[in-house]
Amino acid sequence: MDTSLLFLVALLLFVATFYMGKKRALTLAGGQSNVRSLNSLPSYYGTITALWCAIPCILLLAVWTIFDDYIIQQIIVQEFPIDIQQMSKSDIGLLLNTVSNLATSSSADPNVEAYIIVAAQRFNNLQWLSQMALNLVFVCVAILFVSYARLRINVKLHARVEVETVFKWFLLMCASLAIFTTAGIILSVLFESIKFFQSVPITEFLFGLDWSPQMAIREDQVGGSGAFGAVPLFAGTMLISLIAMTIAVPAGLMAAIYLSEYASPKVRTVVKPMLEVLAGVPTVVYGFFAALTVAPFIRESGGLFGLSVSSESALAAGLVMGVMIIPFISSLSDDVINAVPQSLRDGSFGLGATQSETIKQVVIPAALPGIVGGVLLAVSRAIGETMIVVMAAGLAANLTANPLESVTTITVQIVTLLVGDQEFNSPKTLSAFALGLMLFVVTLIFNYIALIVVKKYREQYE
Amino acid sequence: MNRNNVSTIDLVNKSLQKRYRAEKRFRAYGIAAILFGLACLSVLFTDIISKGHSAFLQTYVYMDVKFDAQQLQIIDPTDENQLAMADYQGLIKKSLRTQFSDVTGRRDKRDLYSIVSNGAGFTLRSMLEDDPSLLNQTVGVWLLVDDDIDTYVKSRNSDGSDAFTARMKDKQIVWVESLISEGHIKKRFNTTFFTSGDSREPEQAGIAGAIAGSLFTLLVTIALSFPIGVAAAIYLEEYAPTNRFTDFIEVNINNLAAVPSIIFGLLGLAIFIGFFEMHRSIPLVGGLVLTLMTLPTIIISSRAAIKSVPPSIKDAALGLGASKMQVTIHHVLPLAMPGMLTGAIIGFAQALGETAPLLMIGMVAFIVDIPGGVTDPATALPVQIFLWSDSPERAFVERTSAAIMVLLAFLITMNTLAIWLRKRLERRW
Repeated sequence: MDTSLLFLVALLLFVATFYMGKKRALTLAGGQSNVRSLNSLPSYYGTITALWCAIPCILLLAVWTIFDDYIIQQIIVQEFPIDIQQMSKSDIGLLLNTVSNLATSSSADPNVEAYIIVAAQRFNNLQWLSQMALNLVFVCVAILFVSYARLRINVKLHARVEVETVFKWFLLMCASLAIFTTAGIILSVLFESIKFFQSVPITEFLFGLDWSPQMAIREDQVGGSGAFGAVPLFAGTMLISLIAMTIAVPAGLMAAIYLSEYASPKVRTVVKPMLEVLAGVPTVVYGFFAALTVAPFIRESGGLFGLSVSSESALAAGLVMGVMIIPFISSLSDDVINAVPQSLRDGSFGLGATQSETIKQVVIPAALPGIVGGVLLAVSRAIGETMIVVMAAGLAANLTANPLESVTTITVQIVTLLVGDQEFNSPKTLSAFALGLMLFVVTLIFNYIALIVVKKYREQYE
Repeated sequence: MNRNNVSTIDLVNKSLQKRYRAEKRFRAYGIAAILFGLACLSVLFTDIISKGHSAFLQTYVYMDVKFDAQQLQIIDPTDENQLAMADYQGLIKKSLRTQFSDVTGRRDKRDLYSIVSNGAGFTLRSMLEDDPSLLNQTVGVWLLVDDDIDTYVKSRNSDGSDAFTARMKDKQIVWVESLISEGHIKKRFNTTFFTSGDSREPEQAGIAGAIAGSLFTLLVTIALSFPIGVAAAIYLEEYAPTNRFTDFIEVNINNLAAVPSIIFGLLGLAIFIGFFEMHRSIPLVGGLVLTLMTLPTIIISSRAAIKSVPPSIKDAALGLGASKMQVTIHHVLPLAMPGMLTGAIIGFAQALGETAPLLMIGMVAFIVDIPGGVTDPATALPVQIFLWSDSPERAFVERTSAAIMVLLAFLITMNTLAIWLRKRLERRW
């Protein structure tokens, strides 16, 4: 019986225990006619019995599947010849891989050394043993808990209250997953970043002007010693975000104003979803569009004016990113403009202002905090946007403010450093996590300010 | 002195012209902004469609191929080993040589052979496998052409002008033109594109593997994020006490909704692959990462759906003696379900189009096989688009655009489904 089959058996078992508990409660109550003498409805007795069986069994299966591979590997390693045991961790890992490959495949390779064949047999043996032991322990645990749960059932048992307590704890666990995710993000980037800052000083990372993470892996190799000054990346990210925002803010804001103040309901119902399609297009599509259509177009039209434009110019990536962000800004601004009370507009019209004067002098100032919040969220989006810049912006870390040149961004570098083969503990790989930390911190600050501003604004008019 | 006699209304009337012009200008800016957005949308779609539509056709060349047992070294056509070892490409070469008997010289011959795709031999092999009686017979077959020839044939006008020759030699063009005039070149619907996995050769590359990978990733995401998201929303709306802990959860959810997706990729790399030692490139890890990424969206939309259920219904149920859990499961959930599903489908559509986190966890490997489960190495459709967009061949540009069209079709279907659900099932109270 393998583990997946065991899961199936476990599921059947849970269903069976449910009916057993329900039936037991009914019997104790003295049949369907006396059901009112029970504390809770019979199905709650069934559910609590099934839960008593399910929770320990699932925990057991989970713990066993997580740990059994590790324990088997430890046993195998201990039975290797002494000289092999003293090899480095990665070599032993490779050997273990060979062993498990040999154990699962039937064909015998004559070139394998004897101790590996022995280990492979031992591996199969241990796996079989582990499976049998799991089956046995599973059956014991199931019997134990089911019989205990069955014994607990009596007419006075507060089955419904117990079920609801379990239910509530389950809900709480699901809700807390958000906290665990945040903690996981912080821990995962923080630990690797600390390791990185042990080899590269944090001041050099934050204020250095030179970024070239290529490092010689061996002593005798030709190659740079690696420079980890991230200022060019920050500058490049800011440049591209700035270009994007100069497109997105006016266009998005004006679109929102027109749609919420001028457009007839008919136009609104057609145009609004169409603009939102822009937000639903995957970023990889924008990246393809930027790299293959917009960038060559900009380079050629720049050539007409005698400008030399890089084929991976910041302008192309920024423009396309701006288009991507238009619907984001327009729908956020639309919300806040709609939240401005009609009485303010009516007051302004009553004083004789035209519609545009009302919008410029009354509606926009009243909605400004909300709009600023939306723009901040959009900036954070632009900074964290990955695919467009990976496909359309360059890799070379130039420190420039010229939008026609090629710049690189934080996200581009994270992707280039981490995609493909990598050595986990070299500063080159670790620097990606340090960049990730910077990205997380910066977007966190923007989001936090934006959320507070938007929330304050909402309270103002509610 | 005269100026003092001018009344306010005159001033207003004087400035009216200017103010009305400003009004018109302002309106025009608004219209321009909207037109700009819509223009971008239409340029994007036209560009993708004009680049990609041709990928749905594939060029084939007609050839008389003799399944020569001697050349194939097949004695028993039912023996799989012999069938697998045989040199089918040799048959194609021989048939090309007979057709263009004037071609001599090693280099010219090699150019001639490269008209046909180097994957065409597999077509012959599967033909022979299906029907062993073909051995030693001559059969007319339509075979895949090389991607350069494919691009040439597609870009060429009916009179042979304006063709895109790429890396083709002049002689090859002459041969292809003669094949075209004999009617031995034909464009058919490109089934390879929908049935095969990735390949280095554009004409043999398909998106089936990427679609399967996306599907498995999405299945994991749906199976985990919907129940967990709904449960979290129920807790926050119905059970959570107003205290610091609840506030903390809410701040976390709102913040996670705005964290860049690539950060979730880093999380997956460090936790799932680094710490739990799961394998790289598998849909299971991709699904887990995307689950964490979509959870905030689903929680937020589910909360809105739960909020829209009128309190009177809850009060009525409570008044009849239902417990809190009974109210939630029997009344709130069914009434909020359409809204929850709408939000969830939009979240899944986002997850389907997401690329960056999948790059981090290694779903960018070159994988030819079509994955058969959540633990087989795989890529996803957006990642496949990213990989192909890096390839210089024009045939790959066209396939990338076609893959984008397929991806967009999936997304549009999902979003339409969400809108339909909302219109159909959502009740206004």
